Amino acid sequence: MIFIFSLILLVLFLFIFLTLSNMIFGQILDDFQGLIEATKNKSVIGSILLSLYAGFLATLLAFLLGVPTGYILARFDFPGKRLVESIIDVPVVVPHTVTGIAILTVFGSRGLIGGPLNGYIQFRDAIPGIVIAMLFVSLPYLANSAREGFKSVDPRLENAARSLGAPLWKAFLFVTLPLSARHLLIGAIMTWARAISEFGAVVLIAYYPMIGPTLIYDRFLSYGLSASRPIAVLLILVTLSIFIVIRVLSAGWSIYDRD
Amino acid sequence: MIEIESLSRKWKNFSLDNLSLKVESGEYFVILGPTGAGKTLFLELIAGFHSPDSGRVLIDGNEVTHLPPEKHDLVFVYQDYSLFPHMSVKKNIEFGMWMKKIKSEEKLLEVAKDLGITHLLDRHPLKLSGGEKQRVALARALVTNPRILLLDEPLSALDPRTQESARELLLALHKNKKLTVLHITHDQTEARIMADRIAIVMDGKLMQVGVPEEIFEKPVDSRVASFVGFENVLKGKVISADRGLLKIETGNMVIEASGDIEVGNQVYAFLRPENIALSKTSTQSSIRNSLQGIVTDIWILGALVRVKIDCGVILNALITRQSAEEMGILLGVPVYAQFKASSVHVLR
Repeated sequence: MIFIFSLILLVLFLFIFLTLSNMIFGQILDDFQGLIEATKNKSVIGSILLSLYAGFLATLLAFLLGVPTGYILARFDFPGKRLVESIIDVPVVVPHTVTGIAILTVFGSRGLIGGPLNGYIQFRDAIPGIVIAMLFVSLPYLANSAREGFKSVDPRLENAARSLGAPLWKAFLFVTLPLSARHLLIGAIMTWARAISEFGAVVLIAYYPMIGPTLIYDRFLSYGLSASRPIAVLLILVTLSIFIVIRVLSAGWSIYDRD
Repeated sequence: MIEIESLSRKWKNFSLDNLSLKVESGEYFVILGPTGAGKTLFLELIAGFHSPDSGRVLIDGNEVTHLPPEKHDLVFVYQDYSLFPHMSVKKNIEFGMWMKKIKSEEKLLEVAKDLGITHLLDRHPLKLSGGEKQRVALARALVTNPRILLLDEPLSALDPRTQESARELLLALHKNKKLTVLHITHDQTEARIMADRIAIVMDGKLMQVGVPEEIFEKPVDSRVASFVGFENVLKGKVISADRGLLKIETGNMVIEASGDIEVGNQVYAFLRPENIALSKTSTQSSIRNSLQGIVTDIWILGALVRVKIDCGVILNALITRQSAEEMGILLGVPVYAQFKASSVHVLR
């Protein structure tokens, strides 16, 4: 049985690895020139940078919202907690285009939130719209891993800190937060990755300015595979290398919560 | 001084019920109770980690019932010592100093020296032994100059050899720093030899408060009695030691015990009631101790009978009901209490 399961594992691995590497190496070997040209194209570079930037802003907001949420869910029991936890997970299962329609309804210029804010901040076809769409789909990753991170810190450590004279916020900042750093970092990476990969929700509220996935789709519809593939390869190479750098830099962080 | 007035708190499936207690300044006070009696929760309520539903906590006359833990002016040391794993030993000790704005490298080094952990300052808590962790936790607590120390099962995570030195360390710190200590344990022996006074807590209720002799000699009811085990504890002095056989003077009696302690030491001799045999005559046998006394109390506990005998010192024996009846054990009857030297457990 172990043998068959191992074979299946190999199939799964090859499925992911071949799909991506075939595209990347296909592009490099068949049409390296196309890749070079893509890196020189301002709109391509602009869209990739916008993806990274908007994804970063969404992650930042997710951090500010997800950390306190995760702490409350990890430390306290209250009526309806299960319901709250389920609702936080909903964005993961909602189809992306449905999310886009919902976001557009609320944040559009006549929407519940977009309406009153109209004139101060524009969501439709603007960076705030992209960030909001990315935030909606990626927030659960940060909130959940923050919750797991805080749960892994023994409340007695907080109590010990407080009995040594630390108010709750100092105990949180100097004991709980550093001890959950690895969970928070992994949550942030997942959130960022999820945000950058979002297309369906973003394209409905903001086709322009174009993020990477929107540009790839736009080029694919207008010019076909050969025009869109170099951008796809470039986007994945940039994001993968950033993830690898973050993982390497944070490799030493895991030593405290390995219990 | 800690004053606890009618403290109550309900949790989902446990409650602490109307606890009142007064711990005097400079007292070594032990809360003794079986596992699951709510001792830790009680201590956490005093420290302010939970809020009580009713009742008050006063520390040195100031009410702190609903103040946050950092305003309680005491330090809590958990059973597992709760050292911060992401900080070195030195940083752990500095944490409390930093919070209380004490800036003194000398103070830190002095406390580290007192507790013999100077060589550990740069180490990480995860790599320390149980005894070392405890000393670091005590250093971290003491460096903030507390007057009150709350200790949650401070000895139970240590091996027996370390326990003995830890006991001595705690008593020495208590004495030298004039600390008020509130120490919780499930271990009767530990309570007996460390406490100035003991409170028995069972099922979230305070059963009895008193000096150790009172608790162990006059348990208020059969539940307390069966928990404290009416172990016989005799305080005495070693007057001779010969090839592993000690002679211990206690009261006006001399008992023999096996052990390896030098002459002149003050010791506690522990003797389990089931190891005492009763006899009507003092027979010659390999049993080293045979003390004459008078039956002063009889408790029937199902198939067993607990007999209290006054032999100059008070001894509790546990015998079967059958032998009690056959021997005619009644109040006021003279008997010999006999026990082997090897069944006496001697601790310094």
